[in-house]
Parts: sequence; structure tokens; C-alpha cells
Amino acid sequence: MKQEIIIAGFGGQGVLMMGKILAYSGLMDDKEVTWMPSYGPEQRGGTANVTVILSDDRISSPVLDAYDIVVALNQQSLDKFSQRVKPGGVLIYDTSGIHNLPERDDIKIIPIDAMEATFRIGHPKAYNMVVLGALLEAMDYKLPHENVLKGLQKSLPERHHHLIPLNSDAIEMGRNLLPK
Amino acid sequence: MKEEVMLMKGNEAVAHAAIRYGCDGYFGYPITPQSEVLETLESLMPWETTGMVVLQAESEVAAINMVYGGASTGKAVMTSSSSPGISLKQEGISYMAGAMLPALILNVMRGGPGLGTIQPSQADYFQATKGGGHGDYHLIVLAPASVQEMVDFVALGFDLSFKYRTPAMILADGIVGQMMEKVVLPPFRPRRTAEEIRKQCPWATTGRFGHRKRNVITSLELEPSKMEEVNHRLQECYREIEKSEPRWEEINTADAEYLLIAFGSIARICAKAMEIAREKGIKVGLLRPITLWPFPKEGVRKGAEGKKGILCVELNAGQMIEDIRLAIHDSIPVEHYGRLGGIIPSPTEVVEALEKKIIEK
Repeated sequence: MKQEIIIAGFGGQGVLMMGKILAYSGLMDDKEVTWMPSYGPEQRGGTANVTVILSDDRISSPVLDAYDIVVALNQQSLDKFSQRVKPGGVLIYDTSGIHNLPERDDIKIIPIDAMEATFRIGHPKAYNMVVLGALLEAMDYKLPHENVLKGLQKSLPERHHHLIPLNSDAIEMGRNLLPK
Repeated sequence: MKEEVMLMKGNEAVAHAAIRYGCDGYFGYPITPQSEVLETLESLMPWETTGMVVLQAESEVAAINMVYGGASTGKAVMTSSSSPGISLKQEGISYMAGAMLPALILNVMRGGPGLGTIQPSQADYFQATKGGGHGDYHLIVLAPASVQEMVDFVALGFDLSFKYRTPAMILADGIVGQMMEKVVLPPFRPRRTAEEIRKQCPWATTGRFGHRKRNVITSLELEPSKMEEVNHRLQECYREIEKSEPRWEEINTADAEYLLIAFGSIARICAKAMEIAREKGIKVGLLRPITLWPFPKEGVRKGAEGKKGILCVELNAGQMIEDIRLAIHDSIPVEHYGRLGGIIPSPTEVVEALEKKIIEK
């Protein structure tokens, strides 16, 4: 098993944290993991992205040309990474704010309305967890939910641990956003 | 406490590793992309547990001279910075080499010259391996390619620097510093007692208690014949290190027709490039120098035997390639591929460079 994933969006959307929880969940499932952020001035209000690799074996490059899954949360990110989905791979995008889609018929394109779902549960800050849920559902590698919970526990400081049930619900909601 | 498996950044991992090694003191000054070293140490507050000192100095120059002071007393002390800050420390590093003081210095390289950029680079290879400051000296230079090696090289760097009484440097870059990976942290080791330090470092200024001659730590010797002796002693030490300490890693070199040589995080990108090339039927191997000084000359010479060509990939305009060419006496073609100013090459880019610069030539 190997999943090469990039999550890209605006700084402040929780892209890096989402990647961290995904990576920690993989670690809790006994996988090799690498989390490589974009760091620097682009994080201040601009775009931010994080590459997460989960694998059974030792991971080579933390920097990639092509991804199994691209998660794009704004138009700039989609424009930048949609051509870098491997043939047969998956592109997940949030329908709010993204209007121009790539013309590719060799990949699976999954629209999710995570923003709307987030408002439905009344916790806009859980947006990234809704997206994470959709991503987990779209992955070939099925991460057991108990290990995602462990990943949450490890990633969040203890003072925020009372929010784990809420985040868990948001992840569950995200899983259900995928067309069955 | 026992070993622990965690997910963390290379910079954070160094902080944890230092405390667990039994480091006595860290003196630093913040600079991207390595500020998490100091930040993590401050948040872990080791002064309340192991007694390790953590101090944000007023400048890089102050920090390295605090390291000089701590090292003079036989303590295991360290500093960290990124390229422009490491330049500021060079005077202190040269003094420490001259005074034969052990210490650990971490450079998480960013693009230069000057203030440059905060993105990753490997352009300080010359500075780290050829001296950096003034005078005939070397540092032991370790190049980590993973977060786990950031942990492991703290202990290795300290051990080697005490063994040979010379400063050691971990030469990392923004990628290894900023990325998170699985790490196994070693068990906690208690800091050495005063008695243990006196035993391990008979040269240190630990107080003579009327039993021995004064120990003087200095790099100054005005008598040229004596200064030449000092230099000969250093050179002897360096020859010993060159003989005993070169380290490198090889992947798929046995059946390879071509060789990629890269250090640090770029070796990881090259490992992926190697996978892509092999899928295309190109037989490529990877050789990764782990010690940049001493440079693994024998490893590279043997690795190059029977190969059609070498591509050296670095985040600079061509620095380690000089040591490769010297090691193999230009017996086969060696070309360089590098990106500058903080740009990171992709694995495919490396394969294309190999095809264009080596295979199609």
C-alpha cells in the first residue's frame, strides 16, 4: 500500500492540521508516514499545501510530481495541481468557490460541498475535518476509524481533547458527502 | 523512560533528541527554517527535569561563544541556526576547532547568498566541509536525510565530537527541518556528572583541586613553532577521522549502469527518481554520502567502478561534485544537476537531467 496525497487550499483553512491528523492516523495504523508542508510567506493569507505519504514501506521522496489524490479547496490550488493527478487517480474539490474544472477523463473527479455541510453542523471551524472525512472515504487504503480517533488525540493538544467527539462527527459527515 | 514512537518535524526531533542525549546546554537565536529547535526546547522546559540549560542569546555570535564557554568545561553543548546565522558563527567555530573543543552545531540550510530565501538549499556544503571560518580545520559533517536521522545524528554528532575533540555539524536543510515523519526517540540518558566529565575530559577546565597543572583552553599561540605543532596535532586528528569515520549508504548500486549521488533530503528525491528510471528500464543506483566530511572517498570510488556515468544532484550550483571528481580522479563522466535559490527539483526532473546530461551524451 502506498498513498501519495496533496491537500491544497487557503492559509487558515486548516490544510496543514488536516494533513497532520491524516499522517498521525496512518502512524497509529502502523504505516510509514511523511508530512511535507509548504512553509513560508505564502501561508499568510495566500495558498498553503501539504503533501502526505502513507506507505507500508520506507518512503523515498517527500517531494512529488504526481499524486494518487489531490484535494483542492480553492481555484488556485485546483489550477496548480489538477494536472498532477496520476492517471486513474482522484481529484476531490470543494464546490464552493471552484468553478473551472480540468478537462480530464482519465481521473475520478469528486465534488464535495464541505462548506455547506460545515454550516449545517454549525461548526465552521470543523471544515477541515469534513474534508478529511471525504478524503478518507475516497482513499483506496481504508484507515480504521479507531486509528483516526487516535490520530486526532495525538494531533490535538490536551486542552482541546473535549472537541474530539465533534471532530469525529465532522469526519463522519465528510465520509457521507461522497456519492455512494 | 523507554523508546517512544512519535510524529514530528526534524527541528522538533533535534530538540527531543538533545534532551534525551543528556545535553547540558543549548544556546541559540531564532531564524527560519529552524526556529522550532529553540521553540520546542523552550516548551519542553528541560531545565526543570534534566537540568539542561536552554538560552536564547542576544545574537548568533553570542550563542556560539556561549557554546565555546560551555564546551571548555567539558559540557555537552550545542547551537543551531540557518545559513546566514551560521555565517555569523564562523569565527566562534574556528576558535573552537583551534582550541579542540567538542560541540554540536546544527545548520538547517536555506537559500543564499546573503539573507537569500527561507526555502531549502544545500549551498553551504563548501562552508561546512572546507572550513567555513579561517585556518586549517575541519568539522565532522553529518547530512541527515530523514527526521529519524535528525534524532540519531544528535547522539552520533556529540559522540564523535567528544571522541576527537572537534566540533561536529549536522548539515540539514529546510526540507528535513520542516517535514514530519515517524521517529523513534531514544531512551533518556542522564546528563554526565561532574565526576564523569572530569574523567572523560581531562583537558577541560573543571577545577584542578590542587591535583594537576592548570588546563588552559585557547586557540592563541604566538610562538610559530608551537603553533605549527598545534596544527600538526589537528591534522593528525583529521587523518584519523578520515580513516575511521566515513559513512555512506548505497541503494541498487550492484547492477547499476548509472549512479546518482546526492546527500540529505535530495537523496530522497533521487531515490524516487531511481524508482521512476528503473521502471523505464534504466539501471540506476543511488549513493548517499552520510558524512560529508570526512567525504566517503573509498565508497564513491568503489561505487563508481564499472559505471557509465554519475549525476551529482544538489540544491546548489555544484559543490559536492568537486569531491566526487577528486575521489574518482575523473575516471568516468560526472555531471551536475542543481536547482538554486530555494527551488526543489522533482523526481521526474532528476530523471530527465540524468537522461540529458549522462545517458544521451
